[in-house]
Amino acid sequence: MNHLGKAALLTVTLALGACANANRFGPGGAGAGAGAGGLNGMNGGGISTSALAPDSPAYFKETIGDRVLFAVDQSTLTPQAQATLAAQAGWLRSNPSYTAIVEGHADEQGTREYNLALGERRANSARDYLVSQGVPSGRLRTVSYGKERPIAVCSEESCYAQNRRAVTVVAAGFGS
Amino acid sequence: MRPFRLLTLALPLIAAAFATALPARAQQEGVEPLRIIITEGVIEPLPFALPTFVAETGGAQEWAQRITQVVADDLVGTGLFRRIPQEAFVTNVTSFTDSVTYANWKTINAQALITGAVSAGPDGRITVKFRLFDVFAENQLGEGLQFAGTQSSWRRIAHKVADAVYSRITGEGGYFDSRVVFVAESGPKDARQKRLAVMDYDGANVQYLTDASSIVLAPRFSPDGGRILYTGYETGFPKIYELDIGTLARTPLPVPTEAMSFAPRYAPDGRTVIFSLAQGGNTDLYRMRPGGQPERLTTAPSIETAPSYSPDGSQVVFESDRSGTQQLYVMPAGGGEARRISFGEGRYGTPVWSPRGDMIAFTKQNKGRFHIGVMRTDGSEERLLTASFLDEGPTWAPNGRVIMFMRESAGSAGESALYSVDISGRNLRRVSTEGAASDPAWSPLLP
Repeated sequence: MNHLGKAALLTVTLALGACANANRFGPGGAGAGAGAGGLNGMNGGGISTSALAPDSPAYFKETIGDRVLFAVDQSTLTPQAQATLAAQAGWLRSNPSYTAIVEGHADEQGTREYNLALGERRANSARDYLVSQGVPSGRLRTVSYGKERPIAVCSEESCYAQNRRAVTVVAAGFGS
Repeated sequence: MRPFRLLTLALPLIAAAFATALPARAQQEGVEPLRIIITEGVIEPLPFALPTFVAETGGAQEWAQRITQVVADDLVGTGLFRRIPQEAFVTNVTSFTDSVTYANWKTINAQALITGAVSAGPDGRITVKFRLFDVFAENQLGEGLQFAGTQSSWRRIAHKVADAVYSRITGEGGYFDSRVVFVAESGPKDARQKRLAVMDYDGANVQYLTDASSIVLAPRFSPDGGRILYTGYETGFPKIYELDIGTLARTPLPVPTEAMSFAPRYAPDGRTVIFSLAQGGNTDLYRMRPGGQPERLTTAPSIETAPSYSPDGSQVVFESDRSGTQQLYVMPAGGGEARRISFGEGRYGTPVWSPRGDMIAFTKQNKGRFHIGVMRTDGSEERLLTASFLDEGPTWAPNGRVIMFMRESAGSAGESALYSVDISGRNLRRVSTEGAASDPAWSPLLP
């Protein structure tokens, strides 16, 4: 019985993952971040599968999608970003023991301190949307890294687009 | 020779002026006095002769050579001077007290002659004397000067000699005896490690102030050069810290913990701090006076950051995107109506008021390129000094004539380095650092 149950869960999880990724790799190029999950290799090789518990931070990161992307020098949420954040909010509502830090980032095409402020703006834009979707504000904190922590290191728009991001990092409590 | 007049200072270095031992001569008729006007865009560096300083005691030979070399490097590094090779000399200087035969130096077209002597005392102290001569006017330029200090301060002694020479010939204040605080970088671009460090203006004597365990950004010296303000991620969140260079003790600036605080700068009083607080997606400028609470200086719903005080402390220049893009504004130090001063194409950030009060240096971003530029404090006479993929964060030399900044190369292997440039845009050169470096901030001239 137990074995059967686990197998069924695995199947469902993979299906959901594929579906979510299909959406995330749509227009806007938002998929780059999700690629970190390794679920969508171009040649289908090297995929490692494991059953992600739906209440795990890994599920949140790889299946829900932990990040939203922004246009140059903007902190406005695109419809796609709003959809991702709505799904994040749903997960956070369903998993009330988790808190989250929303990290705001900028690409390297800006001065350091301005980018810190811009990253804070982006983090708050995402945070405010999560709150509007019913996540208690006391469970959310924001931090900006400005241009200090790029995820993609080329000096081209393909990388910059991935770096202009707000990433929701969930954890069990703030751990002061 | 009359006895030296000694002026004892509180620091390890002792400076003294001594009356010239040489008979004063009338200036040669029809010869312009030796003078470089820095703002006039000098094309031809002034040739000078600098014979290795005479060792006056046993054991002073090595100090004499090292000190002479640093004096030469300082002067040549400005791009304003050219050292004539000693092999070209028709005569050499073997005694500091011998009178100068100007004809011997005119022959090799030395416009200036610098002579000096070094003695090493049994107490471990070094004493350096020097004189500067205007060869074609056939007179000594200023009084002879003497500096004394411990052996470990030998480079500072050399910088002080070079500062005096530079100052007498240009009429500007010196800047060689100064330090630079910066961020030493290592590691890959997506996991860069950053440490605070200080060095002499020329890259020597590096001292690390923090370890690489958390990100540190944008340090600034206190007006007395003894403390540093910076933004650090020690707690995981950006906060402002003050660090004592002597003890390395760090103290957080007491601001509300939930708010992100960054971009701190000292007011000229060395006690008041202006900085940015970001809360709820809005970054504004605040001021904290000694023992006080943060006072809010701006209230716009836009980003206000990168402040810099005018040298008299009455005004602040800062950047804001209240118009839609980053631009520069000037407001009274206590807040109030801000006047926009940047109106050219592109975005303007990181304004820094010149220590002379006459200009503002900035970073400009336009058409995918970054520039370091300067403008008058009312925004007029904008001049771009540099251009590259990423030039950022100018800082002024203590005399307001040279700017240091960071330049970062593009791509996944991109690295940042420190560069300096004259305010005329000439003499762009890389500052020697062990590894990658960013966010330089120049100290005042050391006492």
